[in-house]
Amino acid sequence: MITITLRYFASLREQIGRSQETLTLADTLTVLEVWQHVHQSPLPDNTLIAVNMEYVAKSHSVCDGDEVAFFPPVTGG
Amino acid sequence: MIKIVETVFDPFFEIQDFQTQLALNGKFGATSIFIGTMRDFNEGDEVQAMTLEHYEGMTQKQLEKIMAIAKEKWAILDALIVHRIGDILPSEPIMLISIWSAHRADAFDACRYMMEELKSSAPFWKRETLISNQTRWVLKNTGGKN
Repeated sequence: MITITLRYFASLREQIGRSQETLTLADTLTVLEVWQHVHQSPLPDNTLIAVNMEYVAKSHSVCDGDEVAFFPPVTGG
Repeated sequence: MIKIVETVFDPFFEIQDFQTQLALNGKFGATSIFIGTMRDFNEGDEVQAMTLEHYEGMTQKQLEKIMAIAKEKWAILDALIVHRIGDILPSEPIMLISIWSAHRADAFDACRYMMEELKSSAPFWKRETLISNQTRWVLKNTGGKN
């Protein structure tokens, strides 16, 4: 079993209605599979994904204790 | 140095304050500065306020990475990034990048690089409040050539 924390930011957080949740999985999944496991709707095309605060590809596999963040394109500066 | 600040800041004070702490007197011949300031218009609408959200921790990490890469690519003596979060009003500074180097090419090029990288990878998000009180998220940053 692995336990991960999911985090959502900005417009994605508002659409989902929560900023954070904990997920326990029987086996490792890719970050895209994690999204599909939790959400009914497909991952929005432009979504950025970070694991432990580093950008990753959709094919990145999660590990126990990971913090997985999904967020829209960044608009700082 | 990287500073994420929740209240209005004076970019010129920040530059002066940082520069006086640098043990680089006589070493730097160029200082390149970029200051981003909030406009009162965007996408054809009047904007009365803005809120900047960020991903605490990842923001610092990404900015440190950008600064480290710039220091590898160019002969930078030191660099300063200050970025606002929270509620911002038109004419208030949003961010500052300042680079100190021996020669101007390194300062100009590193400043431009860090600015564009910040725009595309630092996890900040702007939500605007229009003059009508409607709020909306800024969907994407404009390209650096605009």
